[in-house]
Amino acid sequence: MARVVVDVMLKPEILDPQGQAVQRALPRLGFDGIAIAEVRQGKRFELEVDGPVDDAALTRIQELADTFLANTVIEDFTVKVEPS
Amino acid sequence: MTLDTVKHATETPESAQPWAELGLKEDEYARIREILGRRPTGAELAMYSVMWSEHCSYKSSKVHLKQFGEKAPENDALLVGIGENAGVVDVGQGYAVTFKVESHNHPSYIEPYQGAATGVGGIVRDILAMGARPVAVVDPLRFGAADHPDTKRVLPGVVAGIGGYGNCLGLPNIGGEVVFDACYQGNPLVNAGCIGVMKHEDIHLAKASGAGNKVILYGARTGGDGIGGVSVLASETFDDSKPTKRPAVQVGDPFQEKLLIECTLEIFQEKLVAGIQDLGGAGLSCATSELASAGSGGMRVELDSVPLRDATLSPEEILMSESQERMCAIVEPQHVERFMEICEKWDVIATVIGEVTDGERLEIFWHGEQIVDVPPRTVAHEGPVYQRPYARPDWQDALQADDAGQLARPATSAELKDQVLQLVASPNQASKAWITDQYDRFVQGNTVLAQPEDAGMVRIDADTNLGVALATDGNGRYAKLDPYAGAQLALAEAYRNVAASGAKPLAVSDCLNFGSPEDPAVMWQFAEATRGLADACQTLGTPVTGGNVSLYNQTGETAIHPTPVVAVLGVIDDVTRRTPIGFAEEGQLIYLLGDTREEFGGSAWSQVVHEHLGGLPPQVDLERERLLAEILISASRDGMIDAAHDLSDGGLIQALVESCLRGGTGARLVVPDALDAFTFLFSESAGRAVVAVPRSEEVRFTDMCTVRGLPATRIGVVDGEEIDIQGEFSIPLSELRTAHEGTIPGLLP
Repeated sequence: MARVVVDVMLKPEILDPQGQAVQRALPRLGFDGIAIAEVRQGKRFELEVDGPVDDAALTRIQELADTFLANTVIEDFTVKVEPS
Repeated sequence: MTLDTVKHATETPESAQPWAELGLKEDEYARIREILGRRPTGAELAMYSVMWSEHCSYKSSKVHLKQFGEKAPENDALLVGIGENAGVVDVGQGYAVTFKVESHNHPSYIEPYQGAATGVGGIVRDILAMGARPVAVVDPLRFGAADHPDTKRVLPGVVAGIGGYGNCLGLPNIGGEVVFDACYQGNPLVNAGCIGVMKHEDIHLAKASGAGNKVILYGARTGGDGIGGVSVLASETFDDSKPTKRPAVQVGDPFQEKLLIECTLEIFQEKLVAGIQDLGGAGLSCATSELASAGSGGMRVELDSVPLRDATLSPEEILMSESQERMCAIVEPQHVERFMEICEKWDVIATVIGEVTDGERLEIFWHGEQIVDVPPRTVAHEGPVYQRPYARPDWQDALQADDAGQLARPATSAELKDQVLQLVASPNQASKAWITDQYDRFVQGNTVLAQPEDAGMVRIDADTNLGVALATDGNGRYAKLDPYAGAQLALAEAYRNVAASGAKPLAVSDCLNFGSPEDPAVMWQFAEATRGLADACQTLGTPVTGGNVSLYNQTGETAIHPTPVVAVLGVIDDVTRRTPIGFAEEGQLIYLLGDTREEFGGSAWSQVVHEHLGGLPPQVDLERERLLAEILISASRDGMIDAAHDLSDGGLIQALVESCLRGGTGARLVVPDALDAFTFLFSESAGRAVVAVPRSEEVRFTDMCTVRGLPATRIGVVDGEEIDIQGEFSIPLSELRTAHEGTIPGLLP
C-alpha cells in the first residue's frame, strides 16, 4: 500500500474568489496582527495504491491527474509519493 | 527594461514592434503611426491592437450594420438606439427597458464553465451600465452533434457556468434555445442576453464630460485575465524575463458582481455619476477611450493607481486585462466622497485613477512618465472600416436545387407514426428540461413564463402587473439555404413567439454569429442576413436597438451555418392576461392559424429522417406575421384563447406534442381536406400558430379572424390521454413523454 498525493492549485494568475473570501474573513474573525497578503485555495487528492508505485503507475496517475483531477486550462497540479 | 514612454518612442522611431503578433495588419500599423506622427509606445500599440480588433471595432461588419440605423422604422418607444452599451425602449407607466444579446463563443469552447459564466457577467454589466436593474437573463446556445464526445465536455460545462453565475446573482433565466448541429462542433455558440428595468429619468450614458471630473475604477482588482495578444508583446519585445504565459481565460466571481450591481444602483439612486461604462472586452483600454471619445474633453489616467491582483503586471497588460466585475465611472469632485462611502459599504474597492481634462487627448501615465498620448476617437470610434469583398458561393445554387420536397415521404400510417416519434425524440426537438432545470427560472418571484413556453415573461410592476416578454430565435439551417430569408425567419419566429405569449413586440436585439469575414462566401452570407434583418425590422416596425457580431466561428476552412440569433422584446399591460402553450381544458377547440404549404427545405423532418439539408426555407410573409401577431394579442387580451403555440421547426406535430405534454391533456385531430396528413403534420410554413379556443368564444374568435382575413381552420379538440390523428394513428401521451423527455438526459452523463 502506498499513497500518492495529487495537489491541484489554480494557476497563479487565475482569480481565486474562494481564497479571497477566506482572506477577507481573517481580520473579521480576529486573525489580525499577522500580515497575510494573499490566500489561495486548492484541492488535495490522496490516492491509495495497492502494490508498488513504479514508473508505469506514476505515468498513469500523472495522466489521470492531467485529464481528470485537474482542469489544466486554469489549474496546475503536482504528483508526489508519500513515504509509507 | 526601459519603459517605453512617449518620449522614448519619439527618440527611437525605428524600433521594431510586434504589431503583426498583436493581430494588426501592416496598413493598420502604418495608419497608427500616421495618426500619432511617430511610432506608438508599447501601451498605445496594445490599446490600438485590442480596440481595432474585429471584436471591438466591427471593422468588417460596420458597413452592413449601418442599415439597422438607416432603415430603422419610426418608433416612439425607442429612447436610446444603437451605439450605446444597450438600447432602451419605453414600455409605458414611466418604465424603460434595456436589453441586449452578446456572444461569448470562443472562451466557452476553451473553458466551458468560466467562458459561459463570464458571458452572463458581461451582459449583465452592460445592462447595469445603462442605469437599469438587471431582472432576467436568457441563453441561446448551439452545440456540436448531440452524441459527439466533445459535446459531453462542452455542454455540461456551459450549462453549469450559466446556472452557477446567474443563480448566484439571483437573476431568473427565462428563455433561450439549445440547438445541436455538427457544424458547431469546434465552435459552440454561447450567446447571452439580459433585460434591465429602470425609470425614464435613470438612463445613464457612457461619456466623460466636465473637466476636473474624476475617473473612478471600481469593483474587482485587475489581474492577468484574458490577456491574449499582449503576452506576445510582453514576452517577446519588452521583457524576456517574464515567466508565466498569460491565459486567455477569465474567471468570474458572481458574488463580487452582485455587490457591484447593488453598489452601482445605489450610486445611481443618489445621482452621483456623470457617465459610466462597464469593463468587458479590451478592459481599461476600451473603457477609458470610449468614455473620453464620447465626451467633450480629454482624459488623464494614472495607471499605477489601478489596484492589482498581480503586482508583476506591465502597463500594457493592465490596459488589456479583461478581469471581470469592474466598472468605470465619471464623478464630479463634490460627489467623490459619497461615492467612496457607498463602495465601502458594499465592500467594493474603488480608486480614483484619473480625471477628465479640457484637452482633446487621452493621456496615460505610469510612475510619472507618459506612456499614452492619443486622440481617443481614433482608438474607440474611428478604427479601420473594411469593405470586405463578398460573393454568392458557387455551391449555393446546387444547395437550393437539392429540394427537400423530393425526399421519400412516409408511405403508410405506421411509418408516419414512427417518424413522429423519431422527430419529437430527436435532440433538437426533444425537451430541454434537463438543461433549463439547472437554471433558476423563478427567483425574485416575478417570472410568469419561462422555458419551455414560447417566450420568457417577467412582471416589472407589482401593482399594475405591467410586464415584458423576450424570445430569441435563429435557425442556422434556414440561413444556410438562404441567409436573407433565414434572418427574416429568425425575426419572424421571435416576433411570433412574443405575440403568442400575449405581448406586443416592440424592439429587436441580435447576435450575428458567422464564419470568417475574409471568406467572400461568409461575407456574402453576412451581407444578406443583415440586409434581410434590416428590411424585415423596417416592415414590422421593430427597430434593432443594439447587439453583437461574432465572426471567425469556423474550424479550418469550414464555417458554421450562418446563425443570426434574433431577440424580440415585447410589452404586456397585464401579465395575468398572458397566454401559455399548454392545452389544459378538455373540450376546448384547436384552431390552426395561417396557411400550410408543402415546405420542407431545412426542416427538422428532413434533418431527422433523411439527414438532409437542401432546397429553400419556408416563404417569408411579414404582413401575415404582423396580422397573426395582432390576432394573437387581441385574443389574449379579450380572453378568446386559453393557449397558443407558435409553429416553427418540427411543424404542427411538434407544437401539438409540446402543448399536450405541457398541459397534460390529449388531443383528437382531423386532417383538413385540403392537406395530406404528412404535410399537415411536418410542414414548416411560417406565419402559423395553433390555439386552444373555449367553446363559448368560438364564434367571437372565428368572426375576428374572418373579418381580419386570417385563415383559421378548426383541426380538432382537446380531449383524452393520447394524440389521435383521425384515420392515421394515435399515440398515448405517456409514450410521447418518454420519447420527448428521455433523449437529453440519456445523451449526457
